[in-house]
Amino acid sequence: MQIQASDTLTHFQQGCPGTYFAAFETLFHQHQRAIYGWILRIVRDPAAAEDLTVETFMRIHDAHARFQPERGFEGWARRIATHAALDHLRRRRPQNELHADLPVPAGTDPAVCEEIRRKTALAFGRLPPKLRIAAVLAVVEERPHREVAEALGITVAAVKLRVFRALRLLRKDLESQGIRP
Amino acid sequence: MNEHDRDRMKMLLQQALPPVEGEPEPSRDLWPAVLRRIDSRPTAVPWFDWALLGGLVGLVALFPASIPVFLYYL
Repeated sequence: MQIQASDTLTHFQQGCPGTYFAAFETLFHQHQRAIYGWILRIVRDPAAAEDLTVETFMRIHDAHARFQPERGFEGWARRIATHAALDHLRRRRPQNELHADLPVPAGTDPAVCEEIRRKTALAFGRLPPKLRIAAVLAVVEERPHREVAEALGITVAAVKLRVFRALRLLRKDLESQGIRP
Repeated sequence: MNEHDRDRMKMLLQQALPPVEGEPEPSRDLWPAVLRRIDSRPTAVPWFDWALLGGLVGLVALFPASIPVFLYYL
């Protein structure tokens, strides 16, 4: 069934049997790529990011009645995606190797830096997931603190505190391995 | 940790975990996977419904005289 673009959010929120799935599919195709990209930035594993995108839209489907159209879909969906990614990081054991599919930065001497890169990535993987998400979004991806705060459902000050704690713990971990950042 | 340390840690972290460039796309359309997940879901009966049913059965067992009253209201 065709529905007006302007009514998509209302049809989705109200869950009317005749129009709900058309609205849900429209929203899915409008936001699939953005949600996938957001999750990939957090989990850094394309296969896991695809699974979590599906999981996110399942949670969105379950929670459609709580959606408030006036507050916009993207921020709400991103918040759900962030929590799905957080649950994934909590379930997963710390990584033992770097993910091969993600690019290696240009301009680094592979012979000198590889070991430090590997140890840094492993140390980062050992951080508590809450700190890891804040640090990866705010420091690695350089997303605005306000955007990270909205996605995590916390204040900007709390984001800054988590980033500070993440960097401090990471530094301690690296120092314990003989790396002086 | 001062500003300089923070910048060093940031640089180290960005070298270890390079930022994701651009707007990446999933390798396939994920909508069929969402539909499969929805279809494969068992229909769950909420716990409250089970509690209500249990309470009703208990009430009828304790007070059989209430059966005609329930039947009247059904």
